[in-house]
Amino acid sequence: MTPDAPVLDIKDFSVVYRTPGGDVRAVNEVNLALHAGEVVGLAGESGSGKSTLAYAVCRLLRAPALITGGSVTYQGQRAAGPTDVLQLGSHELRQLRWREIAIVFQSAMNALNPVLNVRDQITDVIHAHLRMSRHEALDKAASLLDLVGIPRSRLRSYPHELSGGMRQRVMIAMALATDPEVVIMDEPTTALDVVVQRDILAQIVELKAELGFAILFITHDLSLLLELADRIAVMYAGQLMEVAAAAEIQHEPAHPYTRGLLNSFPSLHGARRELAGIPGTPPDLRYPPPGCPFLPRCGYGTDACRTVDMSLERVASSADLAHLTACPFVLPETPAPEPPAASAEQETRA
Amino acid sequence: MNSNGAGEQARSRDVVSAAAARGPLAMEAVSLTKDFRLGRSQVLHAVRDVSFALYRGAVVALVGESGSGKSTVARLLAGQERLTSGEIRLDGAPVDPSTRSAFRRHKSEVQLVFQDPFSSLNPVHTVRHHLERPVRLHQGRRSRAEVASEVAALLEQVRLIPAGQFTGKYPHELSGGQRQRVSFARALAAKPSVLLADEPVSMLDVSIRLEILSLLDDLRQRFRLALLYITHDIASARYFADEVLVMYAGQIVERGPAEELTQHPAHPYTQLLVASAPDPDNLGGGLHSFHPATSPPSGSTARPPANGTARRADTATYQPAAANLADRGCPFSPRCPFADDRCREEDPALLPVTPVRAAACWHLDIAAPEVLAGEQRGGG
Repeated sequence: MTPDAPVLDIKDFSVVYRTPGGDVRAVNEVNLALHAGEVVGLAGESGSGKSTLAYAVCRLLRAPALITGGSVTYQGQRAAGPTDVLQLGSHELRQLRWREIAIVFQSAMNALNPVLNVRDQITDVIHAHLRMSRHEALDKAASLLDLVGIPRSRLRSYPHELSGGMRQRVMIAMALATDPEVVIMDEPTTALDVVVQRDILAQIVELKAELGFAILFITHDLSLLLELADRIAVMYAGQLMEVAAAAEIQHEPAHPYTRGLLNSFPSLHGARRELAGIPGTPPDLRYPPPGCPFLPRCGYGTDACRTVDMSLERVASSADLAHLTACPFVLPETPAPEPPAASAEQETRA
Repeated sequence: MNSNGAGEQARSRDVVSAAAARGPLAMEAVSLTKDFRLGRSQVLHAVRDVSFALYRGAVVALVGESGSGKSTVARLLAGQERLTSGEIRLDGAPVDPSTRSAFRRHKSEVQLVFQDPFSSLNPVHTVRHHLERPVRLHQGRRSRAEVASEVAALLEQVRLIPAGQFTGKYPHELSGGQRQRVSFARALAAKPSVLLADEPVSMLDVSIRLEILSLLDDLRQRFRLALLYITHDIASARYFADEVLVMYAGQIVERGPAEELTQHPAHPYTQLLVASAPDPDNLGGGLHSFHPATSPPSGSTARPPANGTARRADTATYQPAAANLADRGCPFSPRCPFADDRCREEDPALLPVTPVRAAACWHLDIAAPEVLAGEQRGGG
């Protein structure tokens, strides 16, 4: 959104999981930038590496996960200059985490401590990362609950006394406790009902407008991102397949995988569409196929795909200068292939 | 088994199910009620006076938020919970699956598929083990060869091909979609007439869901299964079901043909549900659409369009339905933008709105005038 340097700049970033059966290449040369005040959506199926990417960026992963390459540069307004997150020592990391980059985890039930009440959990965070008196911290905790729309009387509640939506709101309140510049949200609403999900998302958008943090929003639900995100990165088998503004993804999708995803969810609004889904299953990342990882499930595939270079290139025909795709063969204007015969055959094999 | 409230049953059954055209009646739920005791004096009314019917070869979707009682309905129908009152009928005859032998007979007609294929399969047993047991128990097959060929046939029916490659596998060696296919195969092993699928795809990836749903649809056609599809995703119900039942706080608040109900919801809760579903065409900024100040102008009509922005209750201090219930009156009244004193005092009954639709609301005239108008226009 702003022409300035991004708050978080991920370059050629790779993460593997060391296993006896070989390295699982969970994140493979990913390039992604997050600008101040921007919502970037990271869409992908389970196992596509989206959570691994998010956690590795904060260096939250332990062995057998290993960052094998690339750089992560953080540049906040409070920071003096750009910081290379991958070079930080443990003390500096502590200062970066939560203070600068906070995470809202998927499962609030597991992420909250069941034996501490809401007040203690929030003040814990505040004391760990900010200099504040006990009294101030209590005030801050109360005002954070106001912020996410939970009555202050709930400060003394334990997680099991809260509904799922409330727990998730507490998680968001905790993430915002230290006024971070980047908030990573890992499927924050997946376990919630649609009505509650909608409330929380609307609240996130409001808070973002008010406080100005940037959001990396991770989800498997592309339909949600289309509405929520400014830009969307589609991830498959550890690699980015396509990055573009939400409207571009919606109306001018280039990559076959993005097209497949868009054709996978039933929509409630508008006319009934023919849904196709994506036959087959994602590849085993221990033995990634050569070339494009999506090839076995792709309706457009040719022999050239086996040797294709998967780096993101700009879509020349697109009005969006930042519309990038990993597939050099299929462009937004490419017509869909004849699917029925091919996909039915693949489906039975899968 | 209880006969009170017969008048109400009759009224709610005035509506012709959109699923009835598909095939003969298979299972009927008549005024199902289930109370759970919580401590000494509290009672949770998990399911209240729920009536509907399942037909062979048809899909009925039960839609609602968590805590609305939709899974309890499935457990009642499957005989896993005892009814507080009401009756379950299979092929017209009342069943009481509370005794052991009756439960086993019931299970061979009515099978349940659970949401989570990660916990519904036993991690220490192979796929073969999971399928052999029901084949022996319900089909009475004895010989090893017979059982083995039946297991292979089941796996092929759920498109786990070649079957031989899957029989020896353990659940952890399978993907989520494959596990759910094994769950389907296990349910089919009993040769049921009714399949209750409790959120069968909500744990799966988006790109896999459609395949599993179309498999389910295929099985429904092939075996003329009467299918109850329980989901929180009303959009999938639109594509998949013949009839949709919307449940709130243990009650059915609206029912009708899937397309009609999702495009022109009548009950304020259904309207909220439909408006809350992600709308990809509503790019950017759409998330604010609930707030009256920023809601899009609603065309020529004075009312908000039925397919979108219902006026909404303040849900900032939202609590799950069970905890936020009014003591009396309409259960949705605390959240309903149309609620008035009558709603807070008297619980509306599920009454026919059109020949195929019913809704439980006192204020359909202001909540959904176009649905009522549609009835007068196309009443015949």
